[in-house]
Amino acid sequence: MARIVVITSGKGGVGKTTTSAALATGLALEGRKTAVIDFDVGLRNLDLIMGCERRVVYDFVNVINGDANLRQALIKDKRTDNLFILPASQTRDKDALTEAGVEKVLDELSQEFEYIVCDSPAGIERGALMAAYFADEAIVVTNPEVSSVRDSDRMLGILSSKTRKAERGEGGLPARLLLTRYAPERVERGEMLSMEDVTEILSIDMLGVVPESQSVLNASNAGMPVILDEESDAGQAYRDAVARFLGEDRPHRFLSTQKKGLFGRLFRG
Amino acid sequence: MKGIFDYFRSPRQGSAKVAKERLQVIVARERSHRSGPDYLPALHRELLEVIRKYVQVGDEAVQMSLENQGNCEILEVNITLSEPERQE
Repeated sequence: MARIVVITSGKGGVGKTTTSAALATGLALEGRKTAVIDFDVGLRNLDLIMGCERRVVYDFVNVINGDANLRQALIKDKRTDNLFILPASQTRDKDALTEAGVEKVLDELSQEFEYIVCDSPAGIERGALMAAYFADEAIVVTNPEVSSVRDSDRMLGILSSKTRKAERGEGGLPARLLLTRYAPERVERGEMLSMEDVTEILSIDMLGVVPESQSVLNASNAGMPVILDEESDAGQAYRDAVARFLGEDRPHRFLSTQKKGLFGRLFRG
Repeated sequence: MKGIFDYFRSPRQGSAKVAKERLQVIVARERSHRSGPDYLPALHRELLEVIRKYVQVGDEAVQMSLENQGNCEILEVNITLSEPERQE
């Protein structure tokens, strides 16, 4: 049986797809056979971030409708072994994701994969609810900014009541936070919510803090999950998050400004 | 060790503090609404209707909060009557 993880947030543009691509790639790099599914029906984008947009033939809805089987629709990643992508459909029919259809696809994937990463669309509509419904756990992606934090709390409420686990009386979905676009220098100037602030407001465990980084845009430009950029701070932060996800205890990095110049080295310990 | 220049930096009141305070208030309020039973809004509406048979009050006159204390739930209802309308 696969472990199903939903990457969600409520608010759009906070880094769900970037995180889904990074987590799925990171798990595959650790030798875990992983499938990553784009639930954003109508606005397919995970394929672009993963760099496989030209290899999409069939999609998630095709499989649900029986127009194609999973084997035909799954795209094998070219860079990373053990990694497969199931792209979203571009249909405008928002009801295309039926509960029974999603369950069937997840059940079939569960036979073969160790992890299934569900990339949720923004909002709290059907697509987002379907992405979370069958999950075993959730990662809520949040920016240190008021509307994102508030929406994350709203999403945490939904995760605790509107999932299969909750409806079966097995309790809310275990959820952890991933704070992205973190700017330590702004936190130090008192202009941005700190990791501690967000943890305190939402009272939830922190899976990782990914610093604001040019490498994220560079990676998406190139269609390469940023976790593969081992030189970048964001890539390293995602590696840490994946290790923590797999149960390793790692301290959070990139939480404070690092002055690299001679001046900084002389005056900072 | 902190850089020596940190000692000369004036402690500025940042906007993050305001953000945190505002979020703590709104998150607490939204959580209490979320966790309340479904009938609370209807109860609130009907209470207002009953009160308005006797006293003219605004929507804000009835404030309700539900708290969990151990094994029991306490529903606190505050009805505020503004001065001119008060009938003793």
